Amino acid sequence: MLPALAGLAFLVVPLAGLIVEAPWGTLVERLADPAVLGALRLSLVTASTATVLCLVLGVPLAWLLARSELPGLRAMRALVTVPLVLPPVVGGVALLLVLGRNGLIGQYLEAWFGFSLPFTTAGVIVAEAFVAMPFLVIAVDGALRGADRRYEEAAATLGASRWLTFRRVTLPLVAPGIAAGAVLCWARALGEFGATITFAGNFPGETQTMPLAVYLALETDPDAAIVLSLVLFAVSVVVLASLRDKWISPNAG
Amino acid sequence: MPHLRLRSWRLLVAGSAVLLGLTGCGDSGSAGTQQNSPPESTAGGVTGEITVFAAASLTEAFTEIETAFEEANPGADVQFNFAGSSTLAQQINQGAPVDAFASASPKQMQAVVDAGNGAGEGTVFVENTLQIVVPAGNPARVTGLADFGKQELAIALCAEQVPCGAAALQALLSAGVTPAPDTLEQDVKAVLTKVMLNEADAGLVYRTDVLAAGSGVEGIDFPEAAQAVNEYPIVALAGAPNVQGARAFVDYVLSDEGRAVLAKHGFGTDFG
Repeated sequence: MLPALAGLAFLVVPLAGLIVEAPWGTLVERLADPAVLGALRLSLVTASTATVLCLVLGVPLAWLLARSELPGLRAMRALVTVPLVLPPVVGGVALLLVLGRNGLIGQYLEAWFGFSLPFTTAGVIVAEAFVAMPFLVIAVDGALRGADRRYEEAAATLGASRWLTFRRVTLPLVAPGIAAGAVLCWARALGEFGATITFAGNFPGETQTMPLAVYLALETDPDAAIVLSLVLFAVSVVVLASLRDKWISPNAG
Repeated sequence: MPHLRLRSWRLLVAGSAVLLGLTGCGDSGSAGTQQNSPPESTAGGVTGEITVFAAASLTEAFTEIETAFEEANPGADVQFNFAGSSTLAQQINQGAPVDAFASASPKQMQAVVDAGNGAGEGTVFVENTLQIVVPAGNPARVTGLADFGKQELAIALCAEQVPCGAAALQALLSAGVTPAPDTLEQDVKAVLTKVMLNEADAGLVYRTDVLAAGSGVEGIDFPEAAQAVNEYPIVALAGAPNVQGARAFVDYVLSDEGRAVLAKHGFGTDFG
Protein backbone atom coordinates (compact mmCIF):
# COMPACT_ATOMS: atom_id res chain seq x y z
CA MET A 1 0.00 0.00 0.00
CA LEU A 2 2.73 2.44 0.98
CA PRO A 3 4.77 2.04 -2.22
CA ALA A 4 1.57 2.46 -4.21
CA LEU A 5 0.77 5.73 -2.48
CA ALA A 6 4.36 6.87 -2.88
CA GLY A 7 4.09 6.08 -6.57
CA LEU A 8 0.90 8.09 -6.88
CA ALA A 9 2.41 11.02 -5.01
CA PHE A 10 5.50 10.86 -7.21
CA LEU A 11 3.36 11.31 -10.31
CA VAL A 12 0.90 13.83 -8.93
CA VAL A 13 2.95 16.11 -6.69
CA PRO A 14 5.12 17.69 -9.43
CA LEU A 15 2.01 18.56 -11.43
CA ALA A 16 0.32 19.95 -8.33
CA GLY A 17 3.48 21.99 -7.75
CA LEU A 18 3.05 23.51 -11.20
CA ILE A 19 -0.41 24.69 -10.21
CA VAL A 20 0.67 25.95 -6.78
CA GLU A 21 3.66 27.84 -8.15
CA ALA A 22 1.80 29.39 -11.06
CA PRO A 23 1.75 33.20 -11.08
CA TRP A 24 -2.04 33.33 -11.03
CA GLY A 25 -2.12 37.10 -10.60
CA THR A 26 -0.48 37.79 -13.93
CA LEU A 27 -1.73 34.67 -15.70
CA VAL A 28 -4.17 36.35 -18.06
CA GLU A 29 -1.81 39.05 -19.26
CA ARG A 30 0.99 36.52 -19.71
CA LEU A 31 -1.27 34.29 -21.75
CA ALA A 32 -2.22 37.24 -23.94
CA ASP A 33 1.46 37.87 -24.72
CA PRO A 34 1.80 37.68 -28.53
CA ALA A 35 4.90 35.48 -28.13
CA VAL A 36 2.92 32.94 -26.10
CA LEU A 37 -0.02 33.04 -28.50
CA GLY A 38 2.35 32.68 -31.44
CA ALA A 39 3.99 29.60 -29.95
CA LEU A 40 0.60 28.12 -29.06
CA ARG A 41 -0.79 28.74 -32.54
CA LEU A 42 2.29 27.22 -34.17
CA SER A 43 2.06 24.21 -31.85
CA LEU A 44 -1.59 23.59 -32.66
CA VAL A 45 -1.08 24.01 -36.41
CA THR A 46 2.00 21.80 -36.61
CA ALA A 47 0.65 19.08 -34.31
CA SER A 48 -2.60 18.93 -36.28
CA THR A 49 -0.86 18.88 -39.66
CA ALA A 50 1.54 16.21 -38.40
CA THR A 51 -1.45 14.15 -37.25
CA VAL A 52 -3.07 14.41 -40.69
CA LEU A 53 0.22 13.33 -42.25
CA CYS A 54 0.38 10.40 -39.82
CA LEU A 55 -3.20 9.39 -40.68
CA VAL A 56 -2.51 9.49 -44.42
CA LEU A 57 0.64 7.39 -44.10
CA GLY A 58 0.03 5.52 -40.86
CA VAL A 59 -3.39 3.96 -41.43
CA PRO A 60 -2.32 2.19 -44.65
CA LEU A 61 0.86 1.09 -42.89
CA ALA A 62 -1.13 -0.29 -39.96
CA TRP A 63 -3.40 -2.09 -42.43
CA LEU A 64 -0.35 -3.62 -44.09
CA LEU A 65 1.00 -4.79 -40.74
CA ALA A 66 -2.32 -6.22 -39.58
CA ARG A 67 -3.73 -7.70 -42.75
CA SER A 68 -1.01 -8.65 -45.20
CA GLU A 69 1.05 -11.80 -45.12
CA LEU A 70 4.30 -10.37 -46.33
CA PRO A 71 7.50 -12.00 -45.12
CA GLY A 72 9.35 -10.05 -42.45
CA LEU A 73 6.20 -8.57 -41.01
CA ARG A 74 7.37 -9.04 -37.44
CA ALA A 75 10.61 -7.23 -38.19
CA MET A 76 8.64 -4.48 -39.91
CA ARG A 77 6.41 -4.07 -36.87
CA ALA A 78 9.49 -3.83 -34.66
CA LEU A 79 11.02 -1.19 -36.95
CA VAL A 80 7.87 0.90 -36.84
CA THR A 81 8.10 1.14 -33.07
CA VAL A 82 11.75 2.27 -33.07
CA PRO A 83 10.93 6.01 -33.09
CA LEU A 84 8.74 5.28 -30.08
CA VAL A 85 11.66 4.24 -27.90
CA LEU A 86 14.37 6.29 -29.59
CA PRO A 87 15.42 9.42 -27.69
CA PRO A 88 13.79 12.16 -29.76
CA VAL A 89 17.02 14.11 -30.05
CA VAL A 90 18.56 11.08 -31.79
CA GLY A 91 15.59 11.07 -34.14
CA GLY A 92 16.33 14.72 -34.84
CA VAL A 93 19.94 13.94 -35.71
CA ALA A 94 18.83 11.08 -37.95
CA LEU A 95 16.40 13.40 -39.73
CA LEU A 96 19.16 15.98 -40.20
CA LEU A 97 21.48 13.40 -41.70
CA VAL A 98 18.83 12.23 -44.17
CA LEU A 99 16.63 15.26 -44.83
CA GLY A 100 19.01 18.09 -43.95
CA ARG A 101 20.44 20.42 -46.58
CA ASN A 102 23.40 18.06 -46.94
CA GLY A 103 21.53 14.89 -46.07
CA LEU A 104 21.26 11.72 -48.11
CA ILE A 105 17.90 12.80 -49.56
CA GLY A 106 17.86 16.42 -48.48
CA GLN A 107 20.70 17.38 -50.82
CA TYR A 108 18.49 16.49 -53.80
CA LEU A 109 15.58 18.46 -52.39
CA GLU A 110 17.97 21.38 -52.18
CA ALA A 111 19.51 20.82 -55.64
CA TRP A 112 16.29 20.11 -57.56
CA PHE A 113 13.70 22.23 -55.80
CA GLY A 114 15.85 24.72 -53.88
CA PHE A 115 14.00 23.59 -50.79
CA SER A 116 15.48 22.67 -47.44
CA LEU A 117 13.50 21.43 -44.44
CA PRO A 118 15.62 22.52 -41.43
CA PHE A 119 14.60 25.89 -39.93
CA THR A 120 11.13 25.75 -41.55
CA THR A 121 7.65 25.04 -40.22
CA ALA A 122 7.52 22.08 -42.60
CA GLY A 123 10.59 20.75 -40.80
CA VAL A 124 8.74 20.97 -37.48
CA ILE A 125 5.86 18.95 -38.96
CA VAL A 126 8.26 16.31 -40.28
CA ALA A 127 9.98 16.00 -36.89
CA GLU A 128 6.68 15.74 -35.02
CA ALA A 129 5.25 13.21 -37.48
CA PHE A 130 8.40 11.08 -37.23
CA VAL A 131 8.13 10.86 -33.46
CA ALA A 132 4.34 10.60 -33.24
CA MET A 133 3.42 8.22 -36.06
CA PRO A 134 4.23 4.99 -34.18
CA PHE A 135 1.52 5.86 -31.64
CA LEU A 136 -1.05 5.95 -34.42
CA VAL A 137 0.24 2.88 -36.24
CA ILE A 138 0.28 0.77 -33.08
CA ALA A 139 -3.22 1.84 -32.06
CA VAL A 140 -4.69 1.19 -35.52
CA ASP A 141 -2.75 -2.05 -35.93
CA GLY A 142 -4.15 -3.27 -32.62
CA ALA A 143 -7.69 -2.28 -33.56
CA LEU A 144 -7.41 -3.98 -36.94
CA ARG A 145 -6.12 -7.19 -35.45
CA GLY A 146 -8.85 -7.13 -32.83
CA ALA A 147 -11.60 -6.53 -35.38
CA ASP A 148 -13.78 -9.37 -36.57
CA ARG A 149 -12.60 -10.32 -40.03
CA ARG A 150 -15.82 -12.13 -40.88
CA TYR A 151 -17.48 -8.82 -41.79
CA GLU A 152 -14.78 -8.20 -44.38
CA GLU A 153 -15.09 -11.74 -45.67
CA ALA A 154 -18.85 -11.35 -45.93
CA ALA A 155 -18.38 -8.13 -47.89
CA ALA A 156 -15.96 -9.89 -50.20
CA THR A 157 -18.33 -12.79 -50.85
CA LEU A 158 -21.00 -10.24 -51.72
CA GLY A 159 -18.75 -8.95 -54.46
CA ALA A 160 -17.27 -5.85 -52.86
CA SER A 161 -13.83 -4.89 -54.12
CA ARG A 162 -10.91 -4.71 -51.71
CA TRP A 163 -10.98 -0.93 -51.67
CA LEU A 164 -14.75 -0.84 -51.14
CA THR A 165 -14.45 -3.34 -48.29
CA PHE A 166 -11.70 -1.30 -46.70
CA ARG A 167 -13.63 1.93 -47.05
CA ARG A 168 -17.12 0.75 -46.09
CA VAL A 169 -16.43 -2.12 -43.69
CA THR A 170 -12.92 -2.07 -42.23
CA LEU A 171 -12.58 1.67 -41.61
CA PRO A 172 -15.89 2.08 -39.75
CA LEU A 173 -15.06 -1.03 -37.75
CA VAL A 174 -11.76 0.37 -36.49
CA ALA A 175 -12.78 4.02 -36.39
CA PRO A 176 -12.57 4.21 -32.58
CA GLY A 177 -9.07 2.78 -32.73
CA ILE A 178 -8.07 5.31 -35.36
CA ALA A 179 -9.55 8.14 -33.30
CA ALA A 180 -7.70 7.02 -30.17
CA GLY A 181 -4.48 6.64 -32.16
CA ALA A 182 -4.91 10.07 -33.72
CA VAL A 183 -5.45 11.73 -30.34
CA LEU A 184 -2.38 10.04 -28.86
CA CYS A 185 -0.41 10.95 -31.96
CA TRP A 186 -1.56 14.56 -31.73
CA ALA A 187 -0.69 14.80 -28.04
CA ARG A 188 2.76 13.37 -28.68
CA ALA A 189 3.32 15.78 -31.56
CA LEU A 190 2.20 18.70 -29.40
CA GLY A 191 4.74 17.83 -26.71
CA GLU A 192 7.60 17.12 -29.11
CA PHE A 193 10.84 18.84 -28.10
CA GLY A 194 14.06 16.97 -28.89
CA ALA A 195 13.57 16.09 -32.53
CA THR A 196 12.06 19.49 -33.29
CA ILE A 197 14.84 21.61 -31.82
CA THR A 198 17.51 19.34 -33.31
CA PHE A 199 16.05 19.09 -36.80
CA ALA A 200 14.02 22.26 -37.27
CA GLY A 201 15.79 24.63 -34.90
CA ASN A 202 14.10 27.32 -32.85
CA PHE A 203 12.77 30.58 -34.25
CA PRO A 204 9.70 32.44 -32.96
CA GLY A 205 6.73 32.19 -35.32
CA GLU A 206 8.55 29.76 -37.58
CA THR A 207 9.76 26.77 -35.60
CA GLN A 208 9.41 27.72 -31.92
CA THR A 209 6.64 25.48 -30.59
CA MET A 210 5.34 25.57 -27.00
CA PRO A 211 7.81 23.05 -25.52
CA LEU A 212 10.73 24.97 -27.03
CA ALA A 213 9.34 28.21 -25.66
CA VAL A 214 9.01 26.60 -22.22
CA TYR A 215 12.61 25.48 -22.24
CA LEU A 216 14.04 28.85 -23.26
CA ALA A 217 11.74 30.81 -20.96
CA LEU A 218 13.12 28.77 -18.07
CA GLU A 219 16.56 30.31 -18.63
CA THR A 220 15.45 33.84 -17.82
CA ASP A 221 11.79 33.94 -16.80
CA PRO A 222 10.66 30.89 -14.79
CA ASP A 223 7.17 32.37 -14.30
CA ALA A 224 6.66 32.52 -18.05
CA ALA A 225 7.84 28.92 -18.30
CA ILE A 226 5.29 27.91 -15.66
CA VAL A 227 2.48 29.63 -17.53
CA LEU A 228 3.44 27.94 -20.78
CA SER A 229 3.70 24.61 -18.97
CA LEU A 230 0.24 25.11 -17.49
CA VAL A 231 -1.20 25.59 -20.97
CA LEU A 232 0.39 22.36 -22.19
CA PHE A 233 -0.76 20.64 -19.01
CA ALA A 234 -4.34 21.80 -19.55
CA VAL A 235 -4.26 20.57 -23.13
CA SER A 236 -2.99 17.17 -21.94
CA VAL A 237 -5.80 16.89 -19.41
CA VAL A 238 -8.40 17.71 -22.06
CA VAL A 239 -6.86 15.13 -24.40
CA LEU A 240 -6.83 12.50 -21.69
CA ALA A 241 -10.44 13.22 -20.75
CA SER A 242 -11.55 12.94 -24.38
CA LEU A 243 -9.58 9.74 -24.75
CA ARG A 244 -10.69 7.92 -21.63
CA ASP A 245 -13.55 5.84 -23.00
CA LYS A 246 -11.94 5.05 -26.31
CA TRP A 247 -8.60 4.12 -24.97
CA ILE A 248 -9.73 1.70 -22.31
CA SER A 249 -11.86 -0.35 -24.70
CA PRO A 250 -10.77 0.32 -28.28
CA ASN A 251 -13.64 -1.65 -29.79
CA ALA A 252 -16.40 -0.31 -27.63
CA GLY A 253 -17.18 2.72 -29.79
CA MET B 1 30.59 11.89 -44.19
CA PRO B 2 31.00 8.94 -41.78
CA HIS B 3 33.55 10.76 -39.63
CA LEU B 4 31.29 13.75 -39.62
CA ARG B 5 28.39 11.68 -38.43
CA LEU B 6 30.44 10.20 -35.66
CA ARG B 7 31.51 13.57 -34.49
CA SER B 8 27.97 14.87 -34.38
CA TRP B 9 27.05 12.04 -32.02
CA ARG B 10 29.90 12.90 -29.73
CA LEU B 11 28.89 16.49 -29.92
CA LEU B 12 25.42 15.65 -28.83
CA VAL B 13 26.70 13.93 -25.76
CA ALA B 14 28.89 16.88 -24.95
CA GLY B 15 26.09 19.25 -25.80
CA SER B 16 23.71 17.71 -23.37
CA ALA B 17 26.28 18.14 -20.63
CA VAL B 18 26.53 21.82 -21.46
CA LEU B 19 22.80 22.22 -21.74
CA LEU B 20 22.62 24.96 -19.18
CA GLY B 21 26.28 25.74 -19.36
CA LEU B 22 28.40 28.65 -20.35
CA THR B 23 26.17 30.90 -18.40
CA GLY B 24 26.11 34.54 -17.72
CA CYS B 25 28.60 35.94 -20.16
CA GLY B 26 28.31 39.56 -21.13
CA ASP B 27 27.75 40.44 -17.50
CA SER B 28 31.37 41.10 -16.83
CA GLY B 29 32.93 42.95 -14.01
CA SER B 30 30.64 42.23 -11.10
CA ALA B 31 32.98 39.76 -9.46
CA GLY B 32 36.51 38.58 -9.65
CA THR B 33 38.09 41.66 -11.06
CA GLN B 34 41.17 41.47 -8.94
CA GLN B 35 44.25 39.78 -10.28
CA ASN B 36 46.48 37.59 -8.20
CA SER B 37 50.05 37.28 -9.32
CA PRO B 38 50.77 33.67 -10.20
CA PRO B 39 52.43 31.81 -7.35
CA GLU B 40 55.99 30.65 -7.77
CA SER B 41 55.55 27.06 -6.76
CA THR B 42 52.67 24.67 -6.50
CA ALA B 43 54.61 21.45 -6.33
CA GLY B 44 54.85 19.49 -3.17
CA GLY B 45 52.89 17.73 -0.59
CA VAL B 46 49.22 18.32 -1.32
CA THR B 47 47.30 15.13 -0.72
CA GLY B 48 43.81 13.73 -0.72
CA GLU B 49 40.78 14.20 -2.86
CA ILE B 50 40.14 17.68 -4.29
CA THR B 51 36.63 18.26 -5.58
CA VAL B 52 36.36 20.96 -8.23
CA PHE B 53 33.12 22.24 -9.73
CA ALA B 54 33.89 23.76 -13.10
CA ALA B 55 31.98 25.24 -16.04
CA ALA B 56 31.38 22.71 -18.81
CA SER B 57 33.37 24.76 -21.30
CA LEU B 58 36.49 24.07 -19.21
CA THR B 59 36.19 20.29 -19.60
CA GLU B 60 39.07 19.71 -22.04
CA ALA B 61 41.44 22.27 -20.53
CA PHE B 62 40.87 21.31 -16.88
CA THR B 63 41.18 17.61 -17.61
CA GLU B 64 44.62 18.33 -19.02
CA ILE B 65 45.49 20.51 -16.02
CA GLU B 66 44.42 17.68 -13.71
CA THR B 67 46.98 15.35 -15.24
CA ALA B 68 49.80 17.86 -14.75
CA PHE B 69 48.65 18.78 -11.24
CA GLU B 70 48.48 15.19 -10.09
CA GLU B 71 51.94 14.58 -11.55
CA ALA B 72 53.27 17.46 -9.47
CA ASN B 73 51.30 16.28 -6.41
CA PRO B 74 51.36 12.50 -6.47
CA GLY B 75 49.25 12.22 -3.33
CA ALA B 76 46.40 14.32 -4.72
CA ASP B 77 43.33 13.16 -6.62
CA VAL B 78 41.30 15.83 -8.41
CA GLN B 79 37.63 15.08 -9.03
CA PHE B 80 35.64 17.29 -11.42
CA ASN B 81 31.99 18.02 -11.77
CA PHE B 82 31.51 19.80 -15.11
CA ALA B 83 28.15 21.45 -15.67
CA GLY B 84 26.51 24.77 -16.36
CA SER B 85 27.84 27.44 -14.02
CA SER B 86 24.42 28.39 -12.66
CA THR B 87 23.65 24.77 -11.80
CA LEU B 88 27.01 24.45 -10.06
CA ALA B 89 26.54 27.71 -8.14
CA GLN B 90 23.17 26.50 -6.92
CA GLN B 91 24.60 23.17 -5.79
CA ILE B 92 27.43 24.90 -3.92
CA ASN B 93 25.02 27.29 -2.22
CA GLN B 94 22.90 24.34 -1.16
CA GLY B 95 25.87 22.91 0.70
CA ALA B 96 27.63 20.53 -1.67
CA PRO B 97 31.06 19.61 -0.19
CA VAL B 98 33.26 21.25 -2.81
CA ASP B 99 36.84 22.56 -2.65
CA ALA B 100 36.99 24.94 -5.60
CA PHE B 101 34.66 26.53 -8.12
CA ALA B 102 35.52 27.76 -11.62
CA SER B 103 32.67 29.69 -13.20
CA ALA B 104 32.09 30.66 -16.83
CA SER B 105 30.82 34.03 -15.75
CA PRO B 106 31.27 36.54 -12.91
CA LYS B 107 27.51 36.46 -12.27
CA GLN B 108 27.46 32.90 -10.94
CA MET B 109 30.69 33.50 -9.00
CA GLN B 110 29.05 36.52 -7.38
CA ALA B 111 26.12 34.34 -6.30
CA VAL B 112 28.51 31.99 -4.48
CA VAL B 113 30.58 34.80 -2.95
CA ASP B 114 27.46 36.71 -1.85
CA ALA B 115 26.20 33.60 -0.08
CA GLY B 116 29.41 33.61 1.95
CA ASN B 117 30.68 30.40 0.38
CA GLY B 118 33.87 31.73 -1.20
CA ALA B 119 37.19 31.82 0.63
CA GLY B 120 37.72 35.32 -0.71
CA GLU B 121 36.52 36.87 -3.95
CA GLY B 122 36.86 35.08 -7.25
CA THR B 123 39.91 35.66 -9.41
CA VAL B 124 39.51 35.93 -13.16
CA PHE B 125 41.86 33.39 -14.71
CA VAL B 126 40.84 33.34 -18.37
CA GLU B 127 38.50 34.98 -20.82
CA ASN B 128 36.63 33.56 -23.75
CA THR B 129 35.70 35.48 -26.87
CA LEU B 130 33.21 34.88 -29.63
CA GLN B 131 34.27 33.70 -33.02
CA ILE B 132 32.37 33.25 -36.28
CA VAL B 133 32.11 29.56 -37.04
CA VAL B 134 31.55 28.26 -40.57
CA PRO B 135 31.52 24.75 -42.06
CA ALA B 136 34.89 23.48 -43.30
CA GLY B 137 35.71 25.21 -46.58
CA ASN B 138 33.37 28.11 -45.78
CA PRO B 139 30.91 27.30 -48.62
CA ALA B 140 28.93 30.53 -48.19
CA ARG B 141 32.11 32.66 -48.17
CA VAL B 142 31.34 34.36 -44.89
CA THR B 143 33.87 37.06 -44.05
CA GLY B 144 32.52 39.01 -41.11
CA LEU B 145 29.60 40.00 -38.93
CA ALA B 146 27.95 41.86 -41.83
CA ASP B 147 27.06 38.47 -43.34
CA PHE B 148 24.83 37.78 -40.33
CA GLY B 149 22.36 40.34 -41.67
CA LYS B 150 21.89 38.53 -44.99
CA GLN B 151 18.52 36.85 -45.39
CA GLU B 152 19.80 34.38 -47.99
CA LEU B 153 22.29 32.80 -45.60
CA ALA B 154 21.31 30.16 -43.03
CA ILE B 155 22.42 31.72 -39.73
CA ALA B 156 22.45 29.95 -36.36
CA LEU B 157 22.76 31.93 -33.13
CA CYS B 158 22.22 31.09 -29.47
CA ALA B 159 18.86 32.20 -28.12
CA GLU B 160 18.96 35.56 -26.40
CA GLN B 161 17.96 33.88 -23.13
CA VAL B 162 21.20 31.92 -22.91
CA PRO B 163 24.51 33.72 -22.29
CA CYS B 164 26.14 32.98 -25.64
CA GLY B 165 23.09 34.50 -27.35
CA ALA B 166 23.23 37.62 -25.24
CA ALA B 167 26.93 37.96 -26.06
CA ALA B 168 26.29 37.39 -29.78
CA LEU B 169 23.59 40.04 -29.83
CA GLN B 170 25.88 42.47 -28.03
CA ALA B 171 28.62 41.90 -30.60
CA LEU B 172 26.24 42.22 -33.55
CA LEU B 173 24.69 45.41 -32.20
CA SER B 174 28.06 47.00 -31.59
CA ALA B 175 28.89 46.16 -35.22
CA GLY B 176 25.66 47.83 -36.34
CA VAL B 177 24.35 44.58 -37.82
CA THR B 178 20.69 43.58 -37.55
CA PRO B 179 20.97 39.80 -37.50
CA ALA B 180 18.73 37.62 -39.68
CA PRO B 181 19.01 34.29 -37.84
CA ASP B 182 17.18 31.19 -39.06
CA THR B 183 17.39 29.50 -35.70
CA LEU B 184 18.04 30.50 -32.09
CA GLU B 185 19.60 27.47 -30.46
CA GLN B 186 19.38 26.46 -26.82
CA ASP B 187 23.13 26.34 -26.28
CA VAL B 188 26.43 26.96 -27.93
CA LYS B 189 27.02 23.29 -28.79
CA ALA B 190 23.73 23.15 -30.69
CA VAL B 191 24.86 26.08 -32.86
CA LEU B 192 28.09 24.23 -33.49
CA THR B 193 26.22 21.06 -34.51
CA LYS B 194 24.11 22.93 -37.07
CA VAL B 195 27.23 24.47 -38.60
CA MET B 196 29.21 21.24 -38.49
CA LEU B 197 26.44 19.43 -40.38
CA ASN B 198 26.47 22.29 -42.90
CA GLU B 199 22.84 23.11 -42.19
CA ALA B 200 23.84 26.60 -41.16
CA ASP B 201 26.24 28.75 -43.19
CA ALA B 202 27.53 30.56 -40.13
CA GLY B 203 27.11 30.82 -36.39
CA LEU B 204 28.57 32.69 -33.43
CA VAL B 205 30.19 30.53 -30.75
CA TYR B 206 33.14 30.75 -28.38
CA ARG B 207 36.64 30.43 -29.70
CA THR B 208 37.24 27.42 -27.42
CA ASP B 209 34.26 25.60 -28.94
CA VAL B 210 35.64 26.09 -32.45
CA LEU B 211 38.98 24.65 -31.34
CA ALA B 212 37.34 21.69 -29.59
CA ALA B 213 35.20 20.93 -32.66
CA GLY B 214 38.25 20.13 -34.77
CA SER B 215 38.46 20.03 -38.55
CA GLY B 216 34.73 19.98 -39.36
CA VAL B 217 34.48 23.72 -38.87
CA GLU B 218 36.54 26.87 -39.31
CA GLY B 219 36.71 29.89 -37.03
CA ILE B 220 36.86 33.48 -38.25
CA ASP B 221 37.93 36.30 -35.95
CA PHE B 222 36.12 39.60 -36.00
CA PRO B 223 37.07 42.89 -34.35
CA GLU B 224 33.74 43.39 -32.54
CA ALA B 225 34.39 40.27 -30.43
CA ALA B 226 36.22 42.55 -28.01
CA GLN B 227 32.82 44.09 -27.10
CA ALA B 228 31.52 40.81 -25.67
CA VAL B 229 34.31 39.21 -23.69
CA ASN B 230 33.36 36.54 -21.20
CA GLU B 231 35.43 36.36 -17.99
CA TYR B 232 35.97 33.14 -16.03
CA PRO B 233 36.67 33.53 -12.28
CA ILE B 234 37.90 30.77 -9.94
CA VAL B 235 37.77 30.60 -6.16
CA ALA B 236 38.64 28.23 -3.29
CA LEU B 237 35.53 27.65 -1.22
CA ALA B 238 35.02 28.55 2.43
CA GLY B 239 33.60 25.13 3.26
CA ALA B 240 36.33 23.21 1.45
CA PRO B 241 36.84 19.74 2.98
CA ASN B 242 40.42 19.88 1.65
CA VAL B 243 41.57 23.45 2.36
CA GLN B 244 45.18 23.00 1.25
CA GLY B 245 44.20 21.03 -1.79
CA ALA B 246 41.72 23.71 -2.83
CA ARG B 247 44.36 26.43 -2.47
CA ALA B 248 46.95 24.43 -4.38
CA PHE B 249 44.61 23.67 -7.28
CA VAL B 250 43.47 27.28 -7.63
CA ASP B 251 47.10 28.41 -7.49
CA TYR B 252 48.02 25.89 -10.16
CA VAL B 253 45.27 27.11 -12.49
CA LEU B 254 46.55 30.67 -11.99
CA SER B 255 50.17 29.67 -12.49
CA ASP B 256 52.07 30.02 -15.78
CA GLU B 257 51.79 26.29 -16.39
CA GLY B 258 48.03 26.34 -15.87
CA ARG B 259 47.55 29.36 -18.07
CA ALA B 260 49.64 27.81 -20.83
CA VAL B 261 47.28 24.82 -20.94
CA LEU B 262 44.22 27.08 -20.98
CA ALA B 263 45.71 29.21 -23.76
CA LYS B 264 46.32 26.08 -25.79
CA HIS B 265 42.60 25.34 -25.63
CA GLY B 266 41.72 28.78 -26.96
CA PHE B 267 41.13 30.74 -23.79
CA GLY B 268 42.47 34.27 -23.56
CA THR B 269 45.05 34.74 -20.82
CA ASP B 270 46.45 38.16 -21.82
CA PHE B 271 44.29 40.63 -19.98
CA GLY B 272 44.06 42.86 -16.95
